[in-house]
Amino acid sequence: MSVTDTTPPVAATAGKPLPKPVSPSRQVWQMFRQNHSAMIGLFILFAIIVISIIGPSLYTVSPRDMVWMPLTPPGQSEYLLGTDYLGRDLLAGLINGGRVTITIGFSAAVLTILIGVTIGALAGFFGGRIDNVLMRVTEFFQVLPNLLFAMVVVMLFSPSLINIAIAIGIVSWTSTARLTRAEFLKIREMDYVKAERSIGAGNARLIWKVILPNAAPPLIVVAALSIGSAILFEAGLSFLGLSDPNAMSWGRMIGDNRPYILDSSWGVTFPGIAIFLTVLAISLVGDGLNDAINPKLRQR
Amino acid sequence: MSEISALSVSDLKVHFPVGGGKVVHAVDGISFDIPAGVAFGLVGESGSGKTTAAMACARLNDATDGTIRLGGDDITHLDGDQMRQARRDIQVVFQDPYASLNPRERAGAIVRRPMDLMGIGTPKEREDRVDELFATVGLRAEQKALFPHQFSGGQRQRIGIARALATRPKLIVCDEPVSALDVAIQAQILNLLGRLKAELGLSYLFISHDLGVVQHLCDKIAVMYLGQIVEIGSRSAIFRRPMHPYTMALISAVPTLEAGMDAGMRLKGDPPSPISPPEGCRFAGRCQFAQDRCRQQSPVLSGDPDGQRVACFRARDPEVAALRDKLTSTPA
Repeated sequence: MSVTDTTPPVAATAGKPLPKPVSPSRQVWQMFRQNHSAMIGLFILFAIIVISIIGPSLYTVSPRDMVWMPLTPPGQSEYLLGTDYLGRDLLAGLINGGRVTITIGFSAAVLTILIGVTIGALAGFFGGRIDNVLMRVTEFFQVLPNLLFAMVVVMLFSPSLINIAIAIGIVSWTSTARLTRAEFLKIREMDYVKAERSIGAGNARLIWKVILPNAAPPLIVVAALSIGSAILFEAGLSFLGLSDPNAMSWGRMIGDNRPYILDSSWGVTFPGIAIFLTVLAISLVGDGLNDAINPKLRQR
Repeated sequence: MSEISALSVSDLKVHFPVGGGKVVHAVDGISFDIPAGVAFGLVGESGSGKTTAAMACARLNDATDGTIRLGGDDITHLDGDQMRQARRDIQVVFQDPYASLNPRERAGAIVRRPMDLMGIGTPKEREDRVDELFATVGLRAEQKALFPHQFSGGQRQRIGIARALATRPKLIVCDEPVSALDVAIQAQILNLLGRLKAELGLSYLFISHDLGVVQHLCDKIAVMYLGQIVEIGSRSAIFRRPMHPYTMALISAVPTLEAGMDAGMRLKGDPPSPISPPEGCRFAGRCQFAQDRCRQQSPVLSGDPDGQRVACFRARDPEVAALRDKLTSTPA
């Protein structure tokens, strides 16, 4: 191979304008923005969150007070969505319950991700015996019946909001741990991880600063979807009567009104619709993120 | 040897357990010296252990046995902060420029990172050094803000080289740095590496399966086969007077304009398994000159300690010499 010394191609590009820096997250957002259903989902989710945050101060009827005749159908009083079996305003219940439901959904999802990512990251990064032990622990949690285990946790402690979120987090982190582990196993063999090692990076930096950001995309999708499943889980627990007696949530509204479902279908329908819309919006966003992160999958 | 070598490896072994009590003898006792300012080429086909050996030298794999001396200091068992400081002097350029840059970091941050991690200079000095490095490898300082996916393969490899240069190392391990690039870009990168060596007095441990590439850049060459060095010598010695039949086979596999690919010998089959290497000479099974002795005893490297050495019983036999003459008489 005999080649005369060619100067590096500085000259070749010198005059040309440079492209704008495009970070990988920005690319994802650009893909996401073109996805109509995902944008609709994001809009619905945004609206629900805004209503939950500022709604109670705009619509000041208390969700706990008896304000009208019990079991009034929607549209027959000043209370738009009617009243439940105790004569409480359903609309006020929805607006206030949203806060609780979404708070539980988010905090349970955060807990799920925290536990799952930590365990999965350590298992995947270190491998060997650590991996073995952590994965056996994960399998132990995986084979427990979720709902039953969560009920036991909630009943052992008190059914407060925090305990319910913790119970949901404890039973649902396993799949996140497995996914994180798989991503770590894949990424830790990449050359840029070796390169970081060769410039003196320690394990902590490799795990949290190098591998985790690159493993994040699929984890973000899982995190988004796990908010939805946490909300459904909370609804399930409330339906079975395991809800914070001091907090109105959508699931609890359904649980409370369940005995009267034949006389007043609206008592369970409206909170049901609220849960459905929220989870649907979250799923749309999650799917949109998934498509944006893995553009190749979308072609199928 | 009076002068201290940039890198000195003696009897390096890297074995990987693969379960069931089996062990892959990826690198099985190799020794070499890289004097300061010398580009040392380590060549061999896939599976010969050349990359594993290089990674062990950069302490990215653990050596099973043997010693690695960097500028006279034994770094074989350093760890923690001592190893981090030693890494200033030995840096790595990786094979695949699409895989060796963190996709979530900007080019400037990638090149600055070694200085950040080793605490070299003030933030301002580091930033200035990044600008300087970008110029050195032929990139524009404004490209610092871009992400790896916005560069071409050649440009990415330049970033990889800039990162390796950041700590002003004495030795750079180049693990097939051009094999993932187009031929035209290969030449650019090789010329860049050659220029950097001359300007900065660098030493290279250059891994390649492509003798043409090695011939272009390296002063000293070692040929590896199945975890062992079968021949070692200066570039002119290896190319003008190859002694080992395996070296001859590799050289005759380099296509030339004049001779095409039909000069000399052609290898058949695959190397034996590194899990249970054969007795005797490891190349015997594929060697057209192999005799009973080759299958029973292991040849060791012999010859002038500072010059060309070969591990072959038959290197000086007339048959082998005849092939060598045929091979080297074709104008290169």
